[in-house]
Amino acid sequence: MTEPAAPAERDPLPQRQVALIDLLDRLLSGGVVITGDVLLSIADIDLVRVSLRALVVSVDAQTRPLWARTLPEGDPNAR
Amino acid sequence: MSAEDIAYATYVYAVARDGDALRESAAESAGVAGAPVRIIPGTGDGAPVFVASSVSAHDFDEAALRRHLEDLEWLEAVARAHHAVIERLGAATTVLPLRLATVYLDDDRAREALDAGRAAFEQLLAKLEGHVEWGIKIYVEAPDEAAPPPPPGPASSPGVGPGRAYLSNRRAQRSVRDSAHRAAGTAAERIEAAGRAFATDRARHRVQQGELAGSRDENVVNDAYLLRADRSDAFRAEVARAADDLPGVRVDVTGPWVPYSFATAPEPAAAEGGPS
Repeated sequence: MTEPAAPAERDPLPQRQVALIDLLDRLLSGGVVITGDVLLSIADIDLVRVSLRALVVSVDAQTRPLWARTLPEGDPNAR
Repeated sequence: MSAEDIAYATYVYAVARDGDALRESAAESAGVAGAPVRIIPGTGDGAPVFVASSVSAHDFDEAALRRHLEDLEWLEAVARAHHAVIERLGAATTVLPLRLATVYLDDDRAREALDAGRAAFEQLLAKLEGHVEWGIKIYVEAPDEAAPPPPPGPASSPGVGPGRAYLSNRRAQRSVRDSAHRAAGTAAERIEAAGRAFATDRARHRVQQGELAGSRDENVVNDAYLLRADRSDAFRAEVARAADDLPGVRVDVTGPWVPYSFATAPEPAAAEGGPS
C-alpha cells in the first residue's frame, strides 16, 4: 500500500499541505515556550497527550507507549 | 479594570526582527480563524517583535482550550493556521515560531513577555538565521510489503499440517522483520553520519504511531535536522542514498520546515533547575 510519501517538495511557500502528525510533532513539542496569560499553556504537552491519546493511538492496541509514557493516568501535571 | 469584558485575546505566532520583509509577509498572512495578522513591536531600538492576531477570548480561555484540545478538528484548524503564518513569514525572514496557542489577554501583556525575553529571542534568532529544518523518518515496512511472502521452505512440502506451516511461516516473517530492523539501524547510522557532516543540530521526536501516523509501516526514527540552507542539498543527497541497498526500510524526508524543532530556548524568565 505504500505511498512512499511524495518526494518532499521544494516549494517553500505556504499552502503546502503537510501531514498533520508531522505538524503536531513540531507545534506541540517544538516552538519557543513562553508563559502566556492563559494558564493552560500547551507547553504543558502532557495535557494534549491526555486529550489526544485516544485519537492518536486508538488503532494501535498494543501500543508501545510513547504517548502514554509520561502520563500517569489523568494527571496533566505529571512529568 | 474590567478584564472580564474583553472579547478578544492576543494570539502570538512568532518572534522576528522588524523590517520591510517581515511587515510585508505579515500583511499577506491570515491567522487563526482568518484574522488579520499584525506586528507587536518590542520596547527599544532594534528590539524583536511579536507577530500576532486577535482571537476570540472565549475560544482561548482556559476552560475552552481544555475542551478544544480534545477536538482534533479544532486542533488541526488552529495548527494549520499557525503553520500558514509561520511558513509565510519564514519565506521572507528568520522567524522563531512559538509553541501552539501562546495567548495573552492583550497586546500590552504580550509586549511585556516580548521585552522580558529579548535576550533569549535575539540569541535564538541568530542561531537559526539562514537555517531550515528537515524531518527524517525511518520506517520498517510492514512484512507483506518488505518482501515477497517467504517461500514455503522445503519443510512445508505436501504432508505438513496447516499448523506447522503456519508456525514456520510466522517464523520466517519474524526473521524478515528482524533483519529489516537491523537494516533500519544501518540506515539510521548513515543518516546520523550525514548529520554530523552537514547539520548544525539534531532533535528527536517520538516515533509516530496510531491513526494519525497513517501508515502500517513501523516508524522507528523520527528526527529533525537543522541545516544551513546551503548545506541542505548535500545532506538530502546522502539521506536519499541511505536505504538504497536496504530492503524493507523506507526513509521519508519532510521539509524544508521553519526550524520549529530548534526554537526551544529555555524560558528566559523561569530559572527552573534541572536540564532536561
